[in-house]
Amino acid sequence: MTRRQLRHLVQARSGDKGNTINIAVIAPNDAIYHVLVRELTADRVKAHFAGMLFGEVSRYLVPNLQAMNFVCKEALAGGGSASLRMDNLGKCYASNLMRLEIEIEDEVLSQV
Amino acid sequence: MKTIRIGAGQGFYGDSILPAIETAKSGNIQYLCFDCLAELTLAILQKDRQKDPTKGFTGDITRTMKELLPLVKEKGIKLLTNAGGMNPLGAQQEILRIARELGINGLKVAVVTGDDVRERLSGWKAQGIPLAHMEDGREIEPILQRIVFANAYVGADPVAEALRQGADIVVTGRVADSALFLAPLIAEFGWAREDWDRLAQGILMGHLMECSGQVSGGNFSGDWQSIADLDQIGFPVAEVREDGEFVLTKTEGTGGRVSIQTVKEQLLYEIHDPAAYLTPDVVLDVTNVQLEAVGDNRVRVTGAQGSKRPDTLKVVMGYSDGWLGQAICGYSWPDALEKAKAADRIIRKQMERIGLQFEEIQTDYLGYNSLHGPLAAPPQEELNEIYLRIAVRSSSKEKAAAVGRLFPPLMLSGPPALGGFLGVMKPRELLGMWSCLIAREMIEDGVQVNVLEV
Repeated sequence: MTRRQLRHLVQARSGDKGNTINIAVIAPNDAIYHVLVRELTADRVKAHFAGMLFGEVSRYLVPNLQAMNFVCKEALAGGGSASLRMDNLGKCYASNLMRLEIEIEDEVLSQV
Repeated sequence: MKTIRIGAGQGFYGDSILPAIETAKSGNIQYLCFDCLAELTLAILQKDRQKDPTKGFTGDITRTMKELLPLVKEKGIKLLTNAGGMNPLGAQQEILRIARELGINGLKVAVVTGDDVRERLSGWKAQGIPLAHMEDGREIEPILQRIVFANAYVGADPVAEALRQGADIVVTGRVADSALFLAPLIAEFGWAREDWDRLAQGILMGHLMECSGQVSGGNFSGDWQSIADLDQIGFPVAEVREDGEFVLTKTEGTGGRVSIQTVKEQLLYEIHDPAAYLTPDVVLDVTNVQLEAVGDNRVRVTGAQGSKRPDTLKVVMGYSDGWLGQAICGYSWPDALEKAKAADRIIRKQMERIGLQFEEIQTDYLGYNSLHGPLAAPPQEELNEIYLRIAVRSSSKEKAAAVGRLFPPLMLSGPPALGGFLGVMKPRELLGMWSCLIAREMIEDGVQVNVLEV
Protein backbone atom coordinates (compact mmCIF):
# COMPACT_ATOMS: atom_id res chain seq x y z
CA MET A 1 0.00 0.00 0.00
CA THR A 2 1.10 3.52 -0.74
CA ARG A 3 -0.35 6.87 0.30
CA ARG A 4 -0.96 9.03 -2.70
CA GLN A 5 -2.54 12.43 -3.22
CA LEU A 6 -5.65 12.41 -5.41
CA ARG A 7 -4.02 14.94 -7.75
CA HIS A 8 -1.89 12.12 -9.14
CA LEU A 9 -4.83 9.78 -9.63
CA VAL A 10 -8.05 11.44 -10.79
CA GLN A 11 -9.81 14.27 -12.60
CA ALA A 12 -12.33 16.44 -10.80
CA ARG A 13 -14.63 19.37 -11.52
CA SER A 14 -16.82 21.32 -9.13
CA GLY A 15 -19.73 23.71 -9.57
CA ASP A 16 -22.45 25.42 -7.58
CA LYS A 17 -26.21 25.60 -7.17
CA GLY A 18 -27.16 28.08 -4.47
CA ASN A 19 -25.21 27.32 -1.32
CA THR A 20 -24.61 23.72 -2.44
CA ILE A 21 -21.67 22.56 -4.51
CA ASN A 22 -20.95 19.30 -6.29
CA ILE A 23 -17.61 17.72 -6.99
CA ALA A 24 -17.38 15.09 -9.71
CA VAL A 25 -14.35 12.82 -9.28
CA ILE A 26 -13.39 10.72 -12.28
CA ALA A 27 -11.01 7.76 -12.20
CA PRO A 28 -8.86 6.83 -15.20
CA ASN A 29 -9.74 3.12 -14.93
CA ASP A 30 -11.90 0.62 -13.07
CA ALA A 31 -9.18 -0.42 -10.63
CA ILE A 32 -8.70 3.11 -9.36
CA TYR A 33 -12.44 3.66 -9.36
CA HIS A 34 -12.84 0.70 -6.96
CA VAL A 35 -10.11 2.09 -4.70
CA LEU A 36 -12.00 5.40 -4.64
CA VAL A 37 -15.23 3.63 -3.72
CA ARG A 38 -13.41 2.17 -0.71
CA GLU A 39 -11.34 5.20 0.30
CA LEU A 40 -13.12 8.34 -0.77
CA THR A 41 -16.25 8.19 1.35
CA ALA A 42 -18.65 11.04 1.99
CA ASP A 43 -17.38 11.22 5.59
CA ARG A 44 -13.77 11.62 4.45
CA VAL A 45 -14.71 14.38 2.05
CA LYS A 46 -16.70 16.16 4.74
CA ALA A 47 -13.79 15.86 7.21
CA HIS A 48 -11.32 17.07 4.57
CA PHE A 49 -13.26 20.30 4.14
CA ALA A 50 -13.58 21.08 7.85
CA GLY A 51 -13.87 24.83 8.31
CA MET A 52 -15.15 25.41 4.75
CA LEU A 53 -18.14 23.17 4.34
CA PHE A 54 -20.75 22.90 7.06
CA GLY A 55 -23.63 20.83 5.67
CA GLU A 56 -24.34 17.28 4.70
CA VAL A 57 -22.17 15.52 2.10
CA SER A 58 -23.77 12.83 -0.10
CA ARG A 59 -21.90 10.54 -2.46
CA TYR A 60 -23.43 9.17 -5.66
CA LEU A 61 -21.66 6.43 -7.57
CA VAL A 62 -21.58 6.49 -11.36
CA PRO A 63 -19.65 3.31 -12.26
CA ASN A 64 -20.47 3.56 -15.97
CA LEU A 65 -18.32 6.71 -16.04
CA GLN A 66 -15.82 5.40 -13.45
CA ALA A 67 -16.91 8.43 -11.47
CA MET A 68 -18.52 9.57 -8.27
CA ASN A 69 -20.35 12.75 -7.46
CA PHE A 70 -20.22 14.50 -4.10
CA VAL A 71 -23.03 16.89 -3.27
CA CYS A 72 -22.09 19.19 -0.40
CA LYS A 73 -24.50 21.54 1.35
CA GLU A 74 -23.70 24.82 3.12
CA ALA A 75 -20.49 25.02 1.17
CA LEU A 76 -20.24 28.63 0.00
CA ALA A 77 -20.93 30.82 3.03
CA GLY A 78 -24.31 31.82 1.64
CA GLY A 79 -23.80 30.89 -2.00
CA GLY A 80 -22.83 32.59 -5.25
CA SER A 81 -23.44 36.28 -4.92
CA ALA A 82 -24.26 36.28 -1.20
CA SER A 83 -20.79 35.04 -0.25
CA LEU A 84 -17.72 37.01 0.83
CA ARG A 85 -15.44 34.24 -0.38
CA MET A 86 -13.04 34.71 -3.28
CA ASP A 87 -14.04 31.30 -4.65
CA ASN A 88 -17.70 32.21 -4.36
CA LEU A 89 -18.76 29.84 -7.15
CA GLY A 90 -16.98 26.83 -5.70
CA LYS A 91 -14.91 26.25 -8.83
CA CYS A 92 -11.83 25.53 -6.70
CA TYR A 93 -13.42 22.92 -4.45
CA ALA A 94 -12.39 20.19 -6.89
CA SER A 95 -8.75 21.25 -6.90
CA ASN A 96 -8.83 21.57 -3.13
CA LEU A 97 -10.04 17.98 -2.86
CA MET A 98 -6.96 16.93 -4.85
CA ARG A 99 -4.89 17.51 -1.67
CA LEU A 100 -6.50 14.52 -0.01
CA GLU A 101 -4.32 11.41 0.33
CA ILE A 102 -5.66 7.89 0.00
CA GLU A 103 -4.23 4.42 0.53
CA ILE A 104 -3.77 2.62 -2.75
CA GLU A 105 -2.42 -0.83 -3.64
CA ASP A 106 0.90 -0.78 -5.45
CA GLU A 107 -0.38 -2.94 -8.30
CA VAL A 108 -3.24 -0.48 -8.90
CA LEU A 109 -0.82 2.40 -8.74
CA SER A 110 1.35 0.82 -11.39
CA GLN A 111 -1.55 1.17 -13.87
CA VAL A 112 -1.69 4.97 -13.56
CA MET B 1 -31.84 8.37 -40.46
CA LYS B 2 -32.49 12.09 -40.14
CA THR B 3 -29.70 13.96 -38.31
CA ILE B 4 -29.41 17.59 -37.30
CA ARG B 5 -26.37 19.55 -36.20
CA ILE B 6 -26.62 21.99 -33.32
CA GLY B 7 -23.91 24.37 -32.15
CA ALA B 8 -23.35 25.94 -28.74
CA GLY B 9 -23.18 29.72 -29.04
CA GLN B 10 -22.44 30.99 -25.54
CA GLY B 11 -22.19 29.48 -22.07
CA PHE B 12 -22.97 32.60 -20.07
CA TYR B 13 -23.48 36.35 -20.37
CA GLY B 14 -19.98 37.60 -21.07
CA ASP B 15 -18.74 34.59 -23.02
CA SER B 16 -16.82 35.15 -26.24
CA ILE B 17 -18.94 35.24 -29.39
CA LEU B 18 -16.05 34.44 -31.72
CA PRO B 19 -16.49 30.64 -31.47
CA ALA B 20 -20.19 31.05 -32.31
CA ILE B 21 -19.29 33.00 -35.43
CA GLU B 22 -16.80 30.33 -36.43
CA THR B 23 -19.37 27.57 -35.90
CA ALA B 24 -22.00 29.48 -37.88
CA LYS B 25 -19.56 30.00 -40.76
CA SER B 26 -18.04 26.58 -41.05
CA GLY B 27 -19.76 24.25 -38.61
CA ASN B 28 -22.44 23.09 -41.04
CA ILE B 29 -25.11 23.57 -38.38
CA GLN B 30 -28.84 24.13 -38.57
CA TYR B 31 -29.25 25.52 -35.04
CA LEU B 32 -27.14 27.65 -32.74
CA CYS B 33 -28.20 27.81 -29.08
CA PHE B 34 -27.07 30.40 -26.55
CA ASP B 35 -27.33 29.91 -22.83
CA CYS B 36 -26.78 33.34 -21.38
CA LEU B 37 -28.34 32.99 -17.94
CA ALA B 38 -26.50 31.68 -14.92
CA GLU B 39 -28.51 31.47 -11.69
CA LEU B 40 -28.08 35.11 -10.77
CA THR B 41 -27.57 36.80 -14.15
CA LEU B 42 -31.18 37.91 -13.91
CA ALA B 43 -30.29 40.12 -10.94
CA ILE B 44 -27.89 42.12 -13.12
CA LEU B 45 -30.46 42.37 -15.90
CA GLN B 46 -33.23 43.40 -13.51
CA LYS B 47 -31.05 46.30 -12.34
CA ASP B 48 -30.47 47.30 -15.96
CA ARG B 49 -34.23 47.28 -16.52
CA GLN B 50 -34.89 49.37 -13.40
CA LYS B 51 -32.52 52.04 -14.74
CA ASP B 52 -33.98 51.91 -18.25
CA PRO B 53 -37.23 50.02 -19.00
CA THR B 54 -36.12 49.35 -22.58
CA LYS B 55 -33.13 47.33 -21.24
CA GLY B 56 -32.98 44.16 -19.15
CA PHE B 57 -31.78 41.78 -21.86
CA THR B 58 -28.09 40.93 -22.19
CA GLY B 59 -26.09 43.89 -23.40
CA ASP B 60 -24.10 41.85 -25.91
CA ILE B 61 -27.16 40.77 -27.91
CA THR B 62 -26.72 43.78 -30.20
CA ARG B 63 -23.22 42.79 -31.27
CA THR B 64 -24.07 39.09 -31.42
CA MET B 65 -27.00 39.69 -33.74
CA LYS B 66 -25.10 42.14 -35.93
CA GLU B 67 -22.47 39.47 -36.49
CA LEU B 68 -24.80 36.54 -36.88
CA LEU B 69 -27.97 37.73 -38.62
CA PRO B 70 -26.31 37.88 -42.05
CA LEU B 71 -25.17 34.27 -41.56
CA VAL B 72 -28.60 33.25 -40.30
CA LYS B 73 -30.10 34.60 -43.50
CA GLU B 74 -27.44 33.24 -45.82
CA LYS B 75 -27.29 29.72 -44.39
CA GLY B 76 -30.74 29.30 -42.91
CA ILE B 77 -29.39 28.76 -39.40
CA LYS B 78 -31.85 29.23 -36.56
CA LEU B 79 -30.77 30.99 -33.36
CA LEU B 80 -32.20 30.13 -29.97
CA THR B 81 -31.24 32.25 -27.00
CA ASN B 82 -32.35 33.04 -23.48
CA ALA B 83 -30.59 36.39 -23.74
CA GLY B 84 -33.99 38.06 -23.29
CA GLY B 85 -33.35 37.87 -19.56
CA MET B 86 -35.71 40.18 -17.72
CA ASN B 87 -37.01 41.78 -20.91
CA PRO B 88 -37.49 39.26 -23.73
CA LEU B 89 -39.95 41.55 -25.53
CA GLY B 90 -37.33 44.31 -25.52
CA ALA B 91 -34.79 41.82 -26.87
CA GLN B 92 -37.17 40.86 -29.68
CA GLN B 93 -37.53 44.54 -30.62
CA GLU B 94 -33.76 44.98 -30.52
CA ILE B 95 -33.23 42.01 -32.86
CA LEU B 96 -35.87 43.33 -35.28
CA ARG B 97 -34.20 46.75 -35.17
CA ILE B 98 -30.82 45.25 -36.06
CA ALA B 99 -32.34 43.20 -38.88
CA ARG B 100 -33.85 46.37 -40.36
CA GLU B 101 -30.58 48.22 -39.91
CA LEU B 102 -28.79 45.45 -41.83
CA GLY B 103 -31.49 45.49 -44.52
CA ILE B 104 -32.56 41.91 -43.79
CA ASN B 105 -36.13 40.98 -44.72
CA GLY B 106 -38.32 37.95 -44.22
CA LEU B 107 -36.90 37.10 -40.81
CA LYS B 108 -39.25 35.75 -38.15
CA VAL B 109 -38.31 36.58 -34.57
CA ALA B 110 -40.24 34.78 -31.84
CA VAL B 111 -40.36 35.60 -28.17
CA VAL B 112 -41.30 33.37 -25.25
CA THR B 113 -42.63 35.17 -22.18
CA GLY B 114 -44.22 34.17 -18.91
CA ASP B 115 -41.22 33.03 -16.87
CA ASP B 116 -41.13 36.28 -14.86
CA VAL B 117 -43.44 35.61 -11.91
CA ARG B 118 -42.41 38.30 -9.46
CA GLU B 119 -45.68 40.21 -9.78
CA ARG B 120 -47.59 37.02 -9.01
CA LEU B 121 -45.82 36.15 -5.75
CA SER B 122 -48.01 38.12 -3.33
CA GLY B 123 -51.12 36.70 -4.98
CA TRP B 124 -49.75 33.18 -4.63
CA LYS B 125 -48.84 33.85 -1.02
CA ALA B 126 -52.36 35.16 -0.33
CA GLN B 127 -53.80 31.97 -1.86
CA GLY B 128 -51.68 29.97 0.56
CA ILE B 129 -49.37 28.50 -2.08
CA PRO B 130 -46.19 27.43 -0.27
CA LEU B 131 -43.10 29.41 -1.25
CA ALA B 132 -40.77 27.99 1.40
CA HIS B 133 -37.15 27.47 0.38
CA MET B 134 -36.75 24.06 -1.24
CA GLU B 135 -33.28 23.47 0.23
CA ASP B 136 -33.94 24.20 3.91
CA GLY B 137 -37.67 24.86 4.32
CA ARG B 138 -37.29 28.48 5.50
CA GLU B 139 -40.45 30.62 5.20
CA ILE B 140 -40.33 33.36 2.59
CA GLU B 141 -41.93 36.13 4.68
CA PRO B 142 -38.70 37.83 5.93
CA ILE B 143 -37.33 38.30 2.42
CA LEU B 144 -40.56 38.82 0.45
CA GLN B 145 -40.16 42.61 0.29
CA ARG B 146 -36.50 42.34 -0.77
CA ILE B 147 -37.02 40.14 -3.84
CA VAL B 148 -35.28 41.55 -6.90
CA PHE B 149 -36.41 38.96 -9.43
CA ALA B 150 -38.41 35.72 -9.48
CA ASN B 151 -38.37 33.57 -12.60
CA ALA B 152 -39.53 30.06 -13.35
CA TYR B 153 -37.41 27.60 -15.29
CA VAL B 154 -39.54 26.97 -18.36
CA GLY B 155 -39.07 23.89 -20.52
CA ALA B 156 -38.63 23.28 -24.25
CA ASP B 157 -42.30 23.22 -25.34
CA PRO B 158 -42.85 26.94 -26.04
CA VAL B 159 -39.49 27.17 -27.83
CA ALA B 160 -40.37 24.16 -30.01
CA GLU B 161 -43.76 25.78 -30.66
CA ALA B 162 -42.03 28.97 -31.83
CA LEU B 163 -39.92 26.88 -34.24
CA ARG B 164 -43.04 25.15 -35.55
CA GLN B 165 -44.47 28.59 -36.25
CA GLY B 166 -41.50 29.18 -38.51
CA ALA B 167 -39.31 31.30 -36.25
CA ASP B 168 -35.75 31.91 -37.43
CA ILE B 169 -34.82 33.32 -34.05
CA VAL B 170 -36.32 32.50 -30.69
CA VAL B 171 -35.51 34.75 -27.75
CA THR B 172 -36.63 33.87 -24.26
CA GLY B 173 -36.20 34.72 -20.61
CA ARG B 174 -35.52 32.00 -18.07
CA VAL B 175 -35.91 28.93 -20.24
CA ALA B 176 -33.86 26.09 -18.72
CA ASP B 177 -30.39 25.99 -20.26
CA SER B 178 -30.60 22.47 -21.61
CA ALA B 179 -34.21 22.93 -22.80
CA LEU B 180 -33.03 25.45 -25.42
CA PHE B 181 -31.02 22.64 -27.01
CA LEU B 182 -33.82 20.09 -26.73
CA ALA B 183 -36.39 22.31 -28.47
CA PRO B 184 -35.04 21.88 -32.04
CA LEU B 185 -35.13 18.09 -31.61
CA ILE B 186 -38.78 18.16 -30.57
CA ALA B 187 -39.62 20.45 -33.49
CA GLU B 188 -37.58 18.55 -36.11
CA PHE B 189 -38.15 14.97 -35.08
CA GLY B 190 -41.62 15.33 -33.62
CA TRP B 191 -40.59 13.54 -30.43
CA ALA B 192 -43.62 12.85 -28.28
CA ARG B 193 -43.98 14.51 -24.90
CA GLU B 194 -43.79 11.15 -23.13
CA ASP B 195 -40.92 9.69 -25.12
CA TRP B 196 -38.84 10.01 -21.96
CA ASP B 197 -35.68 8.22 -23.12
CA ARG B 198 -35.32 10.33 -26.26
CA LEU B 199 -36.09 13.50 -24.34
CA ALA B 200 -33.45 12.40 -21.83
CA GLN B 201 -30.88 12.05 -24.63
CA GLY B 202 -31.83 15.53 -25.85
CA ILE B 203 -31.51 17.06 -22.40
CA LEU B 204 -28.18 15.32 -21.86
CA MET B 205 -26.96 16.78 -25.14
CA GLY B 206 -28.13 20.21 -23.98
CA HIS B 207 -26.48 19.75 -20.60
CA LEU B 208 -23.17 18.87 -22.26
CA MET B 209 -23.39 21.87 -24.61
CA GLU B 210 -24.78 24.60 -22.36
CA CYS B 211 -21.43 25.53 -20.79
CA SER B 212 -19.78 26.07 -24.17
CA GLY B 213 -16.00 25.54 -23.89
CA GLN B 214 -16.26 23.50 -20.70
CA VAL B 215 -16.87 20.34 -22.74
CA SER B 216 -14.33 21.10 -25.46
CA GLY B 217 -11.18 21.51 -23.39
CA GLY B 218 -11.86 24.50 -21.17
CA ASN B 219 -11.63 24.27 -17.36
CA PHE B 220 -10.31 20.74 -17.83
CA SER B 221 -8.65 19.19 -14.80
CA GLY B 222 -6.95 16.32 -16.63
CA ASP B 223 -3.81 16.88 -18.70
CA TRP B 224 -4.83 20.48 -19.33
CA GLN B 225 -1.33 21.49 -20.40
CA SER B 226 -1.66 19.33 -23.51
CA ILE B 227 -4.87 20.93 -24.78
CA ALA B 228 -3.92 22.93 -27.83
CA ASP B 229 -5.00 26.39 -28.91
CA LEU B 230 -7.44 27.44 -26.21
CA ASP B 231 -7.01 30.94 -27.64
CA GLN B 232 -9.21 29.82 -30.52
CA ILE B 233 -11.25 27.15 -28.78
CA GLY B 234 -14.05 25.57 -30.74
CA PHE B 235 -17.38 25.41 -28.95
CA PRO B 236 -19.17 22.07 -29.08
CA VAL B 237 -21.35 20.90 -31.94
CA ALA B 238 -23.77 17.98 -31.58
CA GLU B 239 -24.90 15.72 -34.41
CA VAL B 240 -28.17 14.31 -33.19
CA ARG B 241 -30.05 11.44 -34.82
CA GLU B 242 -33.77 11.05 -34.83
CA ASP B 243 -33.46 8.13 -32.38
CA GLY B 244 -31.67 10.38 -29.88
CA GLU B 245 -28.16 9.04 -30.28
CA PHE B 246 -25.68 11.85 -30.74
CA VAL B 247 -22.03 12.59 -31.41
CA LEU B 248 -20.38 15.50 -29.68
CA THR B 249 -17.70 17.26 -31.71
CA LYS B 250 -16.43 20.71 -32.68
CA THR B 251 -15.60 22.56 -35.85
CA GLU B 252 -12.50 21.40 -37.66
CA GLY B 253 -9.46 23.63 -37.30
CA THR B 254 -10.49 25.10 -33.97
CA GLY B 255 -8.60 24.71 -30.70
CA GLY B 256 -9.52 22.71 -27.65
CA ARG B 257 -10.43 19.03 -27.47
CA VAL B 258 -13.52 16.85 -27.35
CA SER B 259 -12.62 13.54 -25.72
CA ILE B 260 -14.21 11.01 -23.42
CA GLN B 261 -12.40 12.70 -20.54
CA THR B 262 -13.59 16.23 -21.36
CA VAL B 263 -17.13 14.94 -21.84
CA LYS B 264 -17.10 13.09 -18.51
CA GLU B 265 -16.15 16.23 -16.61
CA GLN B 266 -19.02 18.19 -18.08
CA LEU B 267 -21.46 15.32 -17.78
CA LEU B 268 -21.60 15.53 -13.99
CA TYR B 269 -21.12 19.29 -13.76
CA GLU B 270 -23.67 20.88 -11.43
CA ILE B 271 -25.68 17.68 -11.33
CA HIS B 272 -26.75 16.33 -7.96
CA ASP B 273 -28.28 12.83 -8.08
CA PRO B 274 -26.99 11.34 -11.37
CA ALA B 275 -30.00 9.01 -11.46
CA ALA B 276 -32.51 11.84 -11.13
CA TYR B 277 -31.50 15.16 -12.64
CA LEU B 278 -34.70 17.18 -12.58
CA THR B 279 -35.43 19.34 -15.59
CA PRO B 280 -38.73 20.86 -16.72
CA ASP B 281 -38.95 18.38 -19.64
CA VAL B 282 -37.81 15.06 -18.20
CA VAL B 283 -36.06 13.51 -15.22
CA LEU B 284 -32.66 12.44 -16.55
CA ASP B 285 -30.77 9.35 -15.40
CA VAL B 286 -27.14 9.20 -16.59
CA THR B 287 -26.14 6.04 -14.73
CA ASN B 288 -26.25 3.94 -17.90
CA VAL B 289 -24.76 6.49 -20.28
CA GLN B 290 -22.01 5.15 -22.52
CA LEU B 291 -19.32 7.25 -24.17
CA GLU B 292 -17.38 6.05 -27.16
CA ALA B 293 -14.57 7.74 -29.06
CA VAL B 294 -15.54 7.55 -32.74
CA GLY B 295 -12.90 9.73 -34.35
CA ASP B 296 -10.79 12.80 -33.84
CA ASN B 297 -12.64 15.07 -31.41
CA ARG B 298 -15.75 12.94 -31.76
CA VAL B 299 -17.52 11.23 -28.86
CA ARG B 300 -20.70 9.22 -29.27
CA VAL B 301 -23.16 9.45 -26.39
CA THR B 302 -25.87 6.85 -25.78
CA GLY B 303 -27.84 5.37 -22.95
CA ALA B 304 -29.50 8.33 -21.22
CA GLN B 305 -32.73 7.24 -19.61
CA GLY B 306 -35.69 9.41 -18.77
CA SER B 307 -38.72 9.29 -16.59
CA LYS B 308 -41.82 11.43 -16.26
CA ARG B 309 -41.17 15.15 -15.95
CA PRO B 310 -41.92 16.77 -12.56
CA ASP B 311 -45.37 18.21 -11.86
CA THR B 312 -43.67 21.32 -10.53
CA LEU B 313 -41.33 23.90 -12.01
CA LYS B 314 -38.46 25.52 -10.14
CA VAL B 315 -38.73 29.21 -9.43
CA VAL B 316 -35.48 30.96 -8.58
CA MET B 317 -35.56 34.34 -6.88
CA GLY B 318 -32.82 36.74 -5.94
CA TYR B 319 -33.19 39.02 -2.92
CA SER B 320 -31.12 41.88 -1.58
CA ASP B 321 -28.95 40.48 1.16
CA GLY B 322 -26.79 43.38 2.26
CA TRP B 323 -23.53 44.77 0.96
CA LEU B 324 -20.00 43.57 0.49
CA GLY B 325 -17.22 46.09 1.14
CA GLN B 326 -13.63 45.15 0.46
CA ALA B 327 -10.10 46.39 -0.02
CA ILE B 328 -6.95 44.77 -1.37
CA CYS B 329 -3.28 45.76 -1.04
CA GLY B 330 0.04 43.97 -1.51
CA TYR B 331 3.13 43.50 0.67
CA SER B 332 6.57 42.64 -0.59
CA TRP B 333 9.32 40.28 0.55
CA PRO B 334 10.87 40.01 3.10
CA ASP B 335 8.27 38.90 5.66
CA ALA B 336 5.44 39.55 3.17
CA LEU B 337 2.89 37.32 4.90
CA GLU B 338 3.80 38.64 8.35
CA LYS B 339 3.36 42.21 7.12
CA ALA B 340 -0.03 41.44 5.65
CA LYS B 341 -1.09 39.77 8.88
CA ALA B 342 0.05 42.80 10.87
CA ALA B 343 -1.94 45.09 8.57
CA ASP B 344 -5.01 42.89 9.11
CA ARG B 345 -4.64 43.29 12.89
CA ILE B 346 -4.30 47.08 12.51
CA ILE B 347 -7.46 47.38 10.42
CA ARG B 348 -9.47 45.17 12.75
CA LYS B 349 -8.36 47.14 15.84
CA GLN B 350 -9.24 50.41 14.11
CA MET B 351 -12.68 49.09 13.21
CA GLU B 352 -13.21 48.22 16.86
CA ARG B 353 -11.96 51.58 18.10
CA ILE B 354 -14.30 53.58 15.87
CA GLY B 355 -17.22 51.23 16.51
CA LEU B 356 -17.43 49.96 12.94
CA GLN B 357 -19.20 46.64 13.36
CA PHE B 358 -20.00 44.13 10.65
CA GLU B 359 -22.08 40.99 10.41
CA GLU B 360 -19.06 39.19 8.98
CA ILE B 361 -15.42 40.06 8.38
CA GLN B 362 -13.26 37.85 6.19
CA THR B 363 -9.52 38.11 5.71
CA ASP B 364 -7.77 36.46 2.79
CA TYR B 365 -4.12 36.40 1.80
CA LEU B 366 -4.06 36.29 -1.99
CA GLY B 367 -1.18 34.14 -3.11
CA TYR B 368 -1.59 31.94 -0.05
CA ASN B 369 -5.14 31.01 0.98
CA SER B 370 -7.81 33.01 -0.84
CA LEU B 371 -9.06 30.08 -2.96
CA HIS B 372 -8.47 27.15 -0.62
CA GLY B 373 -9.22 28.77 2.73
CA PRO B 374 -8.28 26.78 5.83
CA LEU B 375 -6.98 23.89 3.70
CA ALA B 376 -4.23 25.93 2.06
CA ALA B 377 -0.82 24.45 2.89
CA PRO B 378 1.45 26.94 4.72
CA PRO B 379 4.13 28.24 2.34
CA GLN B 380 7.25 26.05 2.32
CA GLU B 381 9.54 28.96 1.61
CA GLU B 382 9.27 32.69 2.06
CA LEU B 383 6.89 34.21 -0.47
CA ASN B 384 7.94 37.07 -2.72
CA GLU B 385 4.71 38.94 -2.15
CA ILE B 386 1.27 38.60 -0.63
CA TYR B 387 -1.94 40.55 -1.09
CA LEU B 388 -4.16 41.25 1.88
CA ARG B 389 -7.89 41.33 1.26
CA ILE B 390 -10.42 42.25 3.89
CA ALA B 391 -14.08 41.81 3.01
CA VAL B 392 -17.06 42.72 5.17
CA ARG B 393 -20.80 42.14 5.08
CA SER B 394 -23.20 44.86 6.21
CA SER B 395 -26.84 45.71 5.75
CA SER B 396 -25.70 49.31 5.26
CA LYS B 397 -24.05 50.35 2.02
CA GLU B 398 -22.28 53.24 3.76
CA LYS B 399 -20.77 51.01 6.43
CA ALA B 400 -19.63 48.53 3.81
CA ALA B 401 -17.91 51.39 1.99
CA ALA B 402 -16.09 52.48 5.13
CA VAL B 403 -13.71 49.51 5.25
CA GLY B 404 -11.92 50.61 2.09
CA ARG B 405 -11.13 54.03 3.54
CA LEU B 406 -9.13 52.44 6.37
CA PHE B 407 -6.56 51.12 3.90
CA PRO B 408 -4.78 54.17 2.38
CA PRO B 409 -3.23 55.26 5.72
CA LEU B 410 -1.44 51.89 5.84
CA MET B 411 0.89 53.18 3.13
CA LEU B 412 2.61 55.63 5.47
CA SER B 413 1.66 54.33 8.88
CA GLY B 414 1.59 50.55 8.53
CA PRO B 415 4.08 47.75 7.92
CA PRO B 416 6.76 48.55 5.31
CA ALA B 417 6.72 48.06 1.54
CA LEU B 418 3.07 48.21 0.53
CA GLY B 419 2.28 48.15 -3.20
CA GLY B 420 -0.54 47.26 -5.52
CA PHE B 421 -3.26 49.07 -3.58
CA LEU B 422 -6.24 48.60 -5.85
CA GLY B 423 -8.03 51.78 -4.73
CA VAL B 424 -11.10 52.30 -2.59
CA MET B 425 -13.59 49.91 -4.17
CA LYS B 426 -17.30 50.57 -4.36
CA PRO B 427 -19.44 48.27 -2.23
CA ARG B 428 -21.21 45.51 -4.14
CA GLU B 429 -24.76 44.42 -3.38
CA LEU B 430 -25.04 40.85 -2.14
CA LEU B 431 -27.91 38.76 -3.43
CA GLY B 432 -29.39 35.84 -1.63
CA MET B 433 -30.96 33.10 -3.66
CA TRP B 434 -34.33 31.57 -3.02
CA SER B 435 -35.66 28.49 -4.83
CA CYS B 436 -39.06 26.91 -4.54
CA LEU B 437 -41.26 24.57 -6.55
CA ILE B 438 -44.55 25.72 -8.04
CA ALA B 439 -47.24 23.65 -9.75
CA ARG B 440 -46.38 23.46 -13.44
CA GLU B 441 -49.79 24.50 -14.77
CA MET B 442 -49.77 27.72 -12.73
CA ILE B 443 -46.66 28.84 -14.58
CA GLU B 444 -47.47 27.40 -17.98
CA ASP B 445 -50.85 29.19 -18.04
CA GLY B 446 -48.90 32.41 -18.37
CA VAL B 447 -46.36 31.29 -20.97
CA GLN B 448 -46.85 32.80 -24.42
CA VAL B 449 -45.18 32.65 -27.81
CA ASN B 450 -45.35 35.63 -30.15
CA VAL B 451 -43.80 35.85 -33.60
CA LEU B 452 -43.00 39.10 -35.43
CA GLU B 453 -41.52 39.42 -38.89
CA VAL B 454 -39.35 42.03 -40.57
